Amino acid sequence: MMELVCPAGTPAALRAAVDAGAHTVYCGFADETNARNFPGLNFSREELAEGVAYAHARDAKVLVAINTFPRAGDQALWHRAVADAARLGADAVILADLGLIAHAAEAHPGLRLHLSVQAAAANPDAINFYAETFGIRRVVLPRVLSVEEITAINREIEVETEVFVFGGLCVMAEGRCSLSSYATGLSPNMNGVCSPASHVAYADVGGNHEARLGDFLIHRTPKGMPVPYPTLCKGCFTSPDGKGDSQTGHIFEDPVSLDATRLIPALQKAGVSALKIEGRQRSRAYVAQVVRAFRAAVEAAEQGAPMPEGLLARLTEGQAATTGAYAKTWR
Amino acid sequence: MDLTVGAIAFFWSAEQVRAFYRTLADTPVQRVVIGEWVCSKRLPFWQHEIPAAVEVLQAAGKEVALSTLTLITLKRERRQTEELFASGLPVEIADLSALKHLPEGAPFWVGPTVNVYNEGTLEWLAGKGAQRICLPPELPLDSVAQLAQAGRQAGVAVEVWGHGRAPLAISGRCYHARLHDRAKDSCQFVCAEDPDGRTVETLEGQPFLTVNGVQTLSYAHMSVAGQVDALREAGVAALRLSPQPGDFAAVTRLYARLLESGLSAQDALAGLRRIQPGAIFAQGFLEARPGAAPCP
Repeated sequence: MMELVCPAGTPAALRAAVDAGAHTVYCGFADETNARNFPGLNFSREELAEGVAYAHARDAKVLVAINTFPRAGDQALWHRAVADAARLGADAVILADLGLIAHAAEAHPGLRLHLSVQAAAANPDAINFYAETFGIRRVVLPRVLSVEEITAINREIEVETEVFVFGGLCVMAEGRCSLSSYATGLSPNMNGVCSPASHVAYADVGGNHEARLGDFLIHRTPKGMPVPYPTLCKGCFTSPDGKGDSQTGHIFEDPVSLDATRLIPALQKAGVSALKIEGRQRSRAYVAQVVRAFRAAVEAAEQGAPMPEGLLARLTEGQAATTGAYAKTWR
Repeated sequence: MDLTVGAIAFFWSAEQVRAFYRTLADTPVQRVVIGEWVCSKRLPFWQHEIPAAVEVLQAAGKEVALSTLTLITLKRERRQTEELFASGLPVEIADLSALKHLPEGAPFWVGPTVNVYNEGTLEWLAGKGAQRICLPPELPLDSVAQLAQAGRQAGVAVEVWGHGRAPLAISGRCYHARLHDRAKDSCQFVCAEDPDGRTVETLEGQPFLTVNGVQTLSYAHMSVAGQVDALREAGVAALRLSPQPGDFAAVTRLYARLLESGLSAQDALAGLRRIQPGAIFAQGFLEARPGAAPCP
């Protein structure tokens, strides 16, 4: 059966995910070493130890994401995170930075290393480079690849692949995007945040709701319509063509989220080992619901049965979903 | 400190490329990176210009390196990357996957789209044979200083993004094609219509970003004209200037005078505003502010 890898932003979400059938949960420490560095989220060292004990007692694994890029002059914080994850019994660490991976491979030879999506390893050469040089065992594939490309990659590599199937959708190669720091000074790579709430402002202007990120207007909707969170790459913009005409709309991506449920059989056939659900910032109720639905889906896929329909309708209601780059026409 | 000219980001015609490098041969830059940096579909239209450009630049005493793509996915792109290492010229890697093809002990350069955020990564790359590293544009001055120091100890020249629209993101999706309601595979090379990229404005008409095929650049031209002294003190070895349409030779000469201290920061910015009327100049990244924060 394909492994179901589920998000846990809090100890309660970890227990909810395990109880709902997650094979594996992933989480991070409550600091800038992980890419969901949001207030009120993530784990202390003690909470991780308890989480690992809870998961292991129920045959589930725990992965620790240490997937931001260590700050120059301050690498000790990241090194300590890797050492603590190893000491507290994490089944693997999820890393993105070349230097941190080199450190982990040398200082913790017994620790299983996964390559984060933030490392943007988008072809077999990149994956084989990390596997041969540092012994990484699994790669989380960037969301820029089609199912055909994932199939081709799996033919050329030895390590396991993990892909995102549900939740937030990055349209840029992750770990290689500075849009957020251009607008706010804070970025996923450096600070573990994208389009951070600290730089968001909502206002009612004329007959409209407006959502800004830093100095830039990202969404404007008529009063009475919901205004989406101003994630930069999902904003509504205008592009003049230089000849007197212009296009207005979601130039990078619509405010959609990823739902690749119906592609699970194709991903299984493509040789994918694990399916990942995004959303460490989500509530424990949401996590439990999504995990239950996806556990049923991977069990159905294992038996060659059709994908259960409409399982997640309630969670995606009011928001459009896409299969993203997995379908080649998305490009 | 000296000057490096990076690879051309935009889809220029073979004639434009030829004229650009002929003019560049006569400018006060020490080195030039050549190659298709953004989209492999563009390469057949201008790659035949590369040997002549290398020759004219080397004859003028410039160091030349060949750039890989920023995002390498296709088999053809992987093969092209491998072939670069057989050229006899240094290769500037713009995607870490190029390291898989690096011949043992071959020297190489590292471009600004490779994530070098800390000493550990810099030292590892130095151990592999990196000679020069252009840091990611989003790094603040504190990090630049730490890395420049680590670079000196490891024998690596550290560069920063000195001038031009900054590369902010790369995608599997082509936004130029999307603007024309096309998919990437049937793009009909619409990005060639915008030799300086296509402007993206907010709904208030505030210029924000620049679409360049699968790449997203800043709208503002980053300029470190006001931070040259701080960068020199930090031990930065070179400024990277990014090719743009218009009088780029004048941009290089202006930065050369700035480095020779023949020009104040204020006069340099005034000069840039004359060369590029209407452009917005920004440099918040170095000050740990939003990158779009305008130059004074």
